[in-house]
Amino acid sequence: MPEATPHRAHVWDVLFGRLTLDSLPFLKPDLEGRIVLATLVVVLLLGVAILGLVTKKRLWGYLWREWFTSVDHKKLGIMYMILGTVMLLRGFSDAIMMRAQQAYAFGPHMGYLPPEHYDQIFTAHGAIMIFFVAMAYIVGLMNYVMPLQIGARDVAFPFLNNLSFWFTFWGAILFMVSLFVGDFSTAGWLGYPPVSELQQGPGVDYYIWGLQLSGVGTLLTGVNFVTTILKMRAPGMSMMKMPVFSWTTLCTSGLIIATFPVLTATLFLLSLDRYLGTHFFTTGFGGNVMMYINLIWVWGHPEVYILILPIFGVYSEIVPTFSGKPLFGYSSMVYATAAIMILSYLVWLHHFFTMGSGADVNSFFSLTTMMISIPTGVKIFNWLFTMYRGRVRFTVPMLWTMGFLFTFTIGGMTGVMLSVAPADFLLHNSLFLIAHFHNVIIGGVVFGVFAAVNYWFPKAFGFRLDEFWGKASFWCWLVGFWVAFTPLYIMGLMGVTRRLSHFDNPALQPYFIVAAFGALLIALGILAFIIQIGVSIMRRKAYAVGGDPWNARTLEWSTSSPPPAYNYAFVPNVHERDAWTDMKKHGFRRPLEGFHPIHMPKNTAAGAVIGALSFICCFALVWYIWWLAVASFVGVVAASITHTFNYRRDFHIGADEVRTFEHTGNWQPEAQGANA
Amino acid sequence: MSHPTPPGHAAPAGHGDDAVHHGTLRGYLTGFVLAAILTIIPFWLVMGHVLDNRWLTISIVLALAVVQILVHIIYFLHLDAHSEGGWNLMAFIFTVVLVVIVLGASIWVMYNENANMMPMPMQHPYQSK
Repeated sequence: MPEATPHRAHVWDVLFGRLTLDSLPFLKPDLEGRIVLATLVVVLLLGVAILGLVTKKRLWGYLWREWFTSVDHKKLGIMYMILGTVMLLRGFSDAIMMRAQQAYAFGPHMGYLPPEHYDQIFTAHGAIMIFFVAMAYIVGLMNYVMPLQIGARDVAFPFLNNLSFWFTFWGAILFMVSLFVGDFSTAGWLGYPPVSELQQGPGVDYYIWGLQLSGVGTLLTGVNFVTTILKMRAPGMSMMKMPVFSWTTLCTSGLIIATFPVLTATLFLLSLDRYLGTHFFTTGFGGNVMMYINLIWVWGHPEVYILILPIFGVYSEIVPTFSGKPLFGYSSMVYATAAIMILSYLVWLHHFFTMGSGADVNSFFSLTTMMISIPTGVKIFNWLFTMYRGRVRFTVPMLWTMGFLFTFTIGGMTGVMLSVAPADFLLHNSLFLIAHFHNVIIGGVVFGVFAAVNYWFPKAFGFRLDEFWGKASFWCWLVGFWVAFTPLYIMGLMGVTRRLSHFDNPALQPYFIVAAFGALLIALGILAFIIQIGVSIMRRKAYAVGGDPWNARTLEWSTSSPPPAYNYAFVPNVHERDAWTDMKKHGFRRPLEGFHPIHMPKNTAAGAVIGALSFICCFALVWYIWWLAVASFVGVVAASITHTFNYRRDFHIGADEVRTFEHTGNWQPEAQGANA
Repeated sequence: MSHPTPPGHAAPAGHGDDAVHHGTLRGYLTGFVLAAILTIIPFWLVMGHVLDNRWLTISIVLALAVVQILVHIIYFLHLDAHSEGGWNLMAFIFTVVLVVIVLGASIWVMYNENANMMPMPMQHPYQSK
């Protein structure tokens, strides 16, 4: 992009860097400009409506005090889930735009999206779905559930938890801003050079800084969770008595700590190339493009296991609960998780078999990739054997789980097909690959997130979700997924490649029309989910539940729904796996007297402030507004140092207050153990 | 079976009450002497041209460097199987395994890709060296 136009004053360059009126796509008169303008209008109207409502109801103070500055892991977990849902809508609208384009753009019809715009959309779709939907969801779940499951009152570093959330949040906002100010990367969701090196304009820089922000947030979360699990388990809960979801959280957090620095370093080197003209990943001057691809997959492959492991944990909680049996093969589940954790480190090259590593390298990584299906298969059989001869209750979480078992197994098998290096030479970069990873990510992660939301929602809010709309959502998703991606499997086997905005061969069009229809079904599934939430909120009185609506097995169900800020008035003593089942079996009675004051962390604004300043810094870096970047960076450092002098970090919840809650909280006696 | 315990265990942001192992003077001196010896030997090998075989010298220096790392970790960083209930050692082994995997396999992969995919290393027009 040519920098200086002759009539522009020098002071503009200093004040706004390379940000000009030309950078605003919605001012352009072409079709793309119109689309962006329409989107902007809708977003603004919605935004004004929401902000107006919040202002009218005088909720800003409440939101700020009780949520934005909160260090409570439960509230942060809920905020992560909301962030994930909002970003799911964004990522899905990208998907439906691509499906619409591909269903239409054949032969003489070029579709409504120019290639440049289409490339931005598939890049944004991938990056958003992984970083701000899937990651936000699993971090939200781990945040909410894990401390409750291990009998802790909060995570090890509550302030850090709040800071992590704000980093992730502002990273997402940076991605959203790129929609209306400037453009987005066209280099694919992993930003491969040379495209990411050569693309002028702010697109790739938005991508880099958005990921850097959220990446730091995720890394801090990983450190936080590992420390929490290792140091803050309830007395008696040895590692092998820990619920499987907490185990998978531990393994995922370990993976996060080990891999996210690789992502940060790789993106940092890429930004050095872009900003300072270094040659780490250029094709000349001693740089090496393949080094980027190697490094980004060193992070990227463990990343998909970071996503799926906690979800395996979710299924391992849901299946025993609704089968009325302890989990089959607890130890093998734990060892399988640990094995996947290590093996996930040894397979990254299968993402670039075709880049010429040679037979010995490809064979090694091919074998390790096939090996990773063994512990995964162990898990599948464990869930099946848990259900075998159990009294399975076909609730909504259980439906999602069974949909997962069916869908994910097939996705796993196509994955083993792709792991065969010679086969990969045919399937690489084809729609078969696209179908495969959507099969495991939708069929695994997304189904699991919906299962988890249906399962733990009553715990978080004190009322259950509507069954009818939950089932509607499930069936739309399940059928929609298969209708949308079976044609992609078929076309992939025929050699149709990914990331094309236009096809010449009209024989392919029926497949894409079917796929677009499937995407519409998934849209209905998302709509049903939103209706489900709305309906349940309206009928919350009728749907009210006690502490243990599912007759579940782990500790989080022994406290009130929703739990008090302090989680447990008395830290429970654990004797067996499935601690809550054990407590129920032995006729546990909650103590109603003899409370002590409870030591808790205090809310702080530092996380929100540091997050916002970091966002300004990254936005300034994207647009080369150097004075603002320096100023906001100094602000970040100053705010961090100031926070270290904040000595009012904790307080005590008085014994009276605890007593009051313990007598009025939401434990319904009939819910404890009686529900079938 | 379950009965409540007094609060205090799960106080957030609390510092663990495990006493941190700070080592003894004897330990530090042992470490220091070992480290000095392990530095002097390679220095002497190289400066005195003791061995004729260049690769043997390099191998010995590298081997001693690995021992040197272990001495530092044990005597100065106090890593043993007991600190933090063994978790420090686990974390250390995990880190070593991952670093070896990432560095080793990356070098292996990149070496192969260079060998297979970069057929004209000397004639590249932009080769600056």
